[in-house]
Amino acid sequence: MSPGRGQWRDAWRRLRRHRPAMAALVYLAVLGAAALLAPHLAPYAYDAQDLALGATPPSAAHWFGTDVFGRDLFTRVLYGARVSLLVGLVATAVALCIGVLWGTVAGYLGGRVDAVMMRIVDILYGLPFILFVILLLVVFGRHLVLLFLAIGAVEWLTMARIVRAQVMSLRHQEFVLAARSMGFSTPRILFRHIVPNTWGPVIVYTTLTIPNVILLESFLSFLGLGVQPPAASWGLLISHGVESMEAYPWLLLFPALALFTTLLALNTLGDGLRDALDPKTAGDAP
Amino acid sequence: MLRFIAGRLLQAIPVLWVIVTLTFFLVRLAPGGPFDTERAVSPEVRAALEAHYGLDAPLWRQYLDYLAGVLRGDFGPSFKYANRSVTELIAAGFPVTAELGLWALSIAVLLGVGAGLIAALRPRRWPDHLAMSAAMLGICLPSFVLGPLLALLFGIVLGWLPVSGWGLTPGDKILPALTLGAGYAAYLARLTRGGLLEMLSQDFVRTARAKGAGELRVLLVHALRGGLVPVVAFLGPAAAGLLAGSFVVETVFQIPGLGRFFVQAAFNRDYTMVMGMTVFFSTLIVLFNLLADIALVWLDPRLRGAAGQGGGR
Repeated sequence: MSPGRGQWRDAWRRLRRHRPAMAALVYLAVLGAAALLAPHLAPYAYDAQDLALGATPPSAAHWFGTDVFGRDLFTRVLYGARVSLLVGLVATAVALCIGVLWGTVAGYLGGRVDAVMMRIVDILYGLPFILFVILLLVVFGRHLVLLFLAIGAVEWLTMARIVRAQVMSLRHQEFVLAARSMGFSTPRILFRHIVPNTWGPVIVYTTLTIPNVILLESFLSFLGLGVQPPAASWGLLISHGVESMEAYPWLLLFPALALFTTLLALNTLGDGLRDALDPKTAGDAP
Repeated sequence: MLRFIAGRLLQAIPVLWVIVTLTFFLVRLAPGGPFDTERAVSPEVRAALEAHYGLDAPLWRQYLDYLAGVLRGDFGPSFKYANRSVTELIAAGFPVTAELGLWALSIAVLLGVGAGLIAALRPRRWPDHLAMSAAMLGICLPSFVLGPLLALLFGIVLGWLPVSGWGLTPGDKILPALTLGAGYAAYLARLTRGGLLEMLSQDFVRTARAKGAGELRVLLVHALRGGLVPVVAFLGPAAAGLLAGSFVVETVFQIPGLGRFFVQAAFNRDYTMVMGMTVFFSTLIVLFNLLADIALVWLDPRLRGAAGQGGGR
């Protein structure tokens, strides 16, 4: 279980044969580029209102139609992608850092330290985090940074468990012994020798965490606890779309489609990566 | 078994204590008091309000009072609904949410385990692909997208089912329960399939087949018990997800349950209400995890030493 350069190449070859995963990868790359370049690509400003125009169905001038304030929905969905992808990446990065650090230390040190650290993870698992995230947002206001931290703090637990299991299976292997006998320091052994070898499962789980995080942000924005107007996020657009779906169904359909396709692409890519990198964990945490 | 249950119960106590303490201090640390937001209040009125809600006592005193209240099932008065206690409001909303959750869970288990069984019976053939594609669809369609879409299609365009209320018109429970259950059905289908396929590769299944047992009998009698382990492990944490889902579903379908109360309380900054419901929900979830753990050990006695490791959130 220590993919060297050749094994990475094998994994890439396996992934390339996985057609749905490659399609998902292309879709995500296009979406990511579009989100990054949104200010240049978007035909209108995301908060430009045209009250005289009002809500209009999709047309050549407004591909996804306009909302009740006459704002271009295509532009707003594009800007929504920025929020959703940003939250997805940053919050996942937070979870990744905490989880890898926690899991590595617990797994490498073992013994009583490990027992205490994993006990903490067990207890945190039992907490209904979604309630605390909402509580946090209610109490401290709805900042984007807080949203990152709150969501990241939820998602690191499984990562810590996965990394710990990996590290425990690695720490008695010969290359670690060799590194130690050469007098390398513990941090150097951990981060130069052990952590790189846990990357397979970590990449798979990271890919599957991003859609969860995007979902959580959309959920909070849908409830009105996430991103605040006039900023746009898919959850917020969907919640506005629901309010007027009888009269203007396109206001619900397009943001919903954007969220759905992105989640589908990320989950498909995650499944493909799992098959390519780490066939053993297939069927583990859904 | 009894010792195991007692041990897990004892473990639940510190978890619940952490929840109550965390909730209490999070809310008390909030910048600005609960009466700051609206219009300015004269100092006398503020003092009277603070005395009424016990906010004039020192913090440790308030904490101990709250802890004692929670132990008695008393979450204090609501900040926004004058003259109603949080406990009353919870008691009013809980039966609705519980019923919704129960229907949703039944749908999820029926559809999910059913689809998983079909998929495992014909792996890598079209029934499997169909079931797994449907499951992927369910996973990528969150309740706040699925609910409105179902309401739009069946309620407004086709006009077959009512789209709001709870127990007022016949059939108004169908769409909310389906919305809430669909995502879990999808996860359960994947877990059931995975669990069953793993069991089917075991030696005892080969023995059963060698003795001439039919494929369906092998699946239902021999593989199902072990194959259900990941399913049950998922059901405990799923309770937490169902509650979170009820926030959305009850808002979308205008159901007077706890989920909608919680969202409204969050908007109104009704601190006692949010605190009370957080503690109440958490207790439910801890209880559900406990039940799932007990069921797990019953299904697979080898887990007795390692219980409490159930996956999910």
